[in-house]
Amino acid sequence: MMLSQRRASWRKRKSLLMLALCGLATLLAITPLLWILGYVLRAGAPAMSLSFLTQLPTPVGVPGGGVLNAIIGSAITVGLGLLISAPIGILAAFLAAYQPNTPLGLAVRFGTDVISGVPSIVMGIFAYTLVVLPQRHFSAFSGGVVLSFIMLPIIIRSTEEMLKLVPTALREGSLAIGAPEWKTSLSVILPAAGNGVLTGLMLAIARAAGEAAPMLFTAFGNPFLSFRLDQPIATLPHTIFVYAISPYQDWRAKAWATAFVLIALVLALNVLARLLVWWRTRQLGSVIR
Amino acid sequence: MAQDARIGVPERKSFSSRLTNFWQHGDLLYYSLVLLAALLALSLVAAIGYQLWANSALSRRAFGWGFLISSRWDPALDRVFGALPFISGTLITSVVALLISVPVSLGVAIFLAELAPHWLRQPVSFLVELLAAVPSVIYGLWGLFVFIPAVVRPTGVLLNDWLGFLPIFAGPVFGPSRLAAALILAIMVGPTIAAISRDVFRAIPQSQREASLALGATRWEMISQVLVPYGLSGLLGAVILGLGRALGETMAVTMVIGNNLDLTLSLLHPGYTMASIIANEFTEATYDLYLHALIEIGLILFVITLVLNLLARLLIWRVARQTFQEARV
Repeated sequence: MMLSQRRASWRKRKSLLMLALCGLATLLAITPLLWILGYVLRAGAPAMSLSFLTQLPTPVGVPGGGVLNAIIGSAITVGLGLLISAPIGILAAFLAAYQPNTPLGLAVRFGTDVISGVPSIVMGIFAYTLVVLPQRHFSAFSGGVVLSFIMLPIIIRSTEEMLKLVPTALREGSLAIGAPEWKTSLSVILPAAGNGVLTGLMLAIARAAGEAAPMLFTAFGNPFLSFRLDQPIATLPHTIFVYAISPYQDWRAKAWATAFVLIALVLALNVLARLLVWWRTRQLGSVIR
Repeated sequence: MAQDARIGVPERKSFSSRLTNFWQHGDLLYYSLVLLAALLALSLVAAIGYQLWANSALSRRAFGWGFLISSRWDPALDRVFGALPFISGTLITSVVALLISVPVSLGVAIFLAELAPHWLRQPVSFLVELLAAVPSVIYGLWGLFVFIPAVVRPTGVLLNDWLGFLPIFAGPVFGPSRLAAALILAIMVGPTIAAISRDVFRAIPQSQREASLALGATRWEMISQVLVPYGLSGLLGAVILGLGRALGETMAVTMVIGNNLDLTLSLLHPGYTMASIIANEFTEATYDLYLHALIEIGLILFVITLVLNLLARLLIWRVARQTFQEARV
C-alpha cells in the first residue's frame, strides 16, 4: 500500500516534470526568433531611412547609398516567378482538390509534397542548366524561373486546402443549373475561395523573396539599377549575403539594414496571410452554421 | 401523329452548336489546361533529375563511383574532384543538428497539441511558423555576427575543455565551424519537425487519450506510451523531413561553417557541406569538368533529398490514412 502510493506520487511528479520540460522546450524554440527580430531591429534601424530605400548603392567608404536596385530586382524576379507559377499552380490545385483519389490527383498531391523538399540550391542548378547555359549569361529571367519552381508547390498546396474549404453545395448548385465546369471554377469557386488563394500567393511570395541560394548563379546580382530581364539583377537576400561576407564595416552595417527591409517584408506578408485565413475560416464557419 | 413522325428525324444542329457540344461548352479546353498544369508540375521532378544527370556527364565519366569516396578536391592544379569532404560534412552537421533539434521539437509539438491552453495555441503556433519563415540568409547574418560569438564559441571552448580528448571535440576551437552550422541548422529545422509532429498528434483519435487516462495513466504516460507509439511513423516522417531540410540548407550554413576542406572529425573545426561548396564555387567554375563536378554534387544532394522526402511523405500519409479509416469505422 505504502509502496504503491509512493509509486503513484513518483509517477505524478515525473509526469509534471516532463510536461514542464515540454513547456521549456517551447520557450527555448521561440527564443531565437525573438533574438533575431530584436537584433535585426536594433542593428538595422539606425541605418534605415527613406534614402536607404530610394538610392542606389555607393562604393565602399562613400556615405549614404541604398538598396533601390535590390528592391526593384526582388520585385521583378518575384513578380516574374508569380506570373509563371500562379496560373499553373492554381489550375493544378483544382485537379488536386476535386479529383483527390484518381491516380493523377494522388500523383499531383504527392508530387507537390516531394517538390517542396527539393533544396533551393538544387533548383538553382536546374534553372542554370535550363536557362543560363543555353543563353550563356546570367539574367533576371532565370532568377524569375527558379523562383517560380520554388513557389509552385506552396501555391498548389495552399490553394488546394482553400478550395476544399468551399462548401460542396456551392459547386454542385452551379453545376446543377447548367454552368460548365470552367465557369463554375472561375466565377463561383475561385471567388468563394478568394482570400484563401490570395493567402497562398502571399506565402509563396514571402518564401521566394527570401531565397538567396539559387540567385547566386541565376540573377547573379548587379550593383547598378536594372529593369532588363536579360541582364543580371540584384535581389534583397543576395545583397545581404554580399554585404555580410564583405570585410568592410559600413557594408556590414548595410547588411543589417537590408535584412531589416527583407524581414519586415516577409513578416508583413506572413502576418497578413494568417489574418486573411483567420478571417476567412470565421466567415465560412458562420456560413456553414 | 404529326409529332410522332418527327421523332425519328434527327434534329438539325448548326455547326456552332455542334462545336459547342464537342468541346463541352469550353470544358474540354478547361480540362486540358488543368491536365497540362498538373503534368507540368509533375514533370518538374523528372526534369530536374534529367538536367542534373545530363550536365554532370563529364564528371561521372571521369571519376565514376570513386567520386563519392575520394577526398581530393583540386580544381586548380590536378583537376581532380572527389565529394567525400562535402558528403561527410553534410552528414555530420545534419545529424548533430537533428540530435539537438528532435527532442526540443517534439517537446514543442507536445506542448502545442496536448498541453497548451486553447488561447495560447494559436499565437505560439504562429511564432513557430514565423521561425520557419525567416529567410535563410538572415539566419546566416545573425549566426555569423551574433550567435557565433555569443553562443557557439563559448560552447566550443567548454566542450573542448571537458571532452577535448574525444576526436569530435578536439581543438583548436574556431568560431565558424561545423558546430556553428549544426546549431543554426537545429534552430532552422526545428519548426518543420515541430509543425508536422503537432499535426500528427492532432490526428490521433481522442478515444486513445480517454482510454489511457481512464486506465489510470498520468498525462505523460498517456503521451509517451500511447500517443507516441500510435503516431510513430508520422513522427519519424517529420524527423526525416527535417533531415531533408538540413541536408539542403545553403545560405546560413555557407555563412557560418567556415568553408574549409580539411578532413578532420572535430565539430569545432571549420568544414564544408555539399550545398555550401556549390554556393561558393559554382560561379568560379572556369572549365566544364569543374562545373560538371559541382553539378554532380547537386545531383547527389537531389537524389538523397528525393529519397528522404518520398520516405517521409509515405510515413506521414500512412498515419493520416490510418486515422481517417479508423474514424470512419
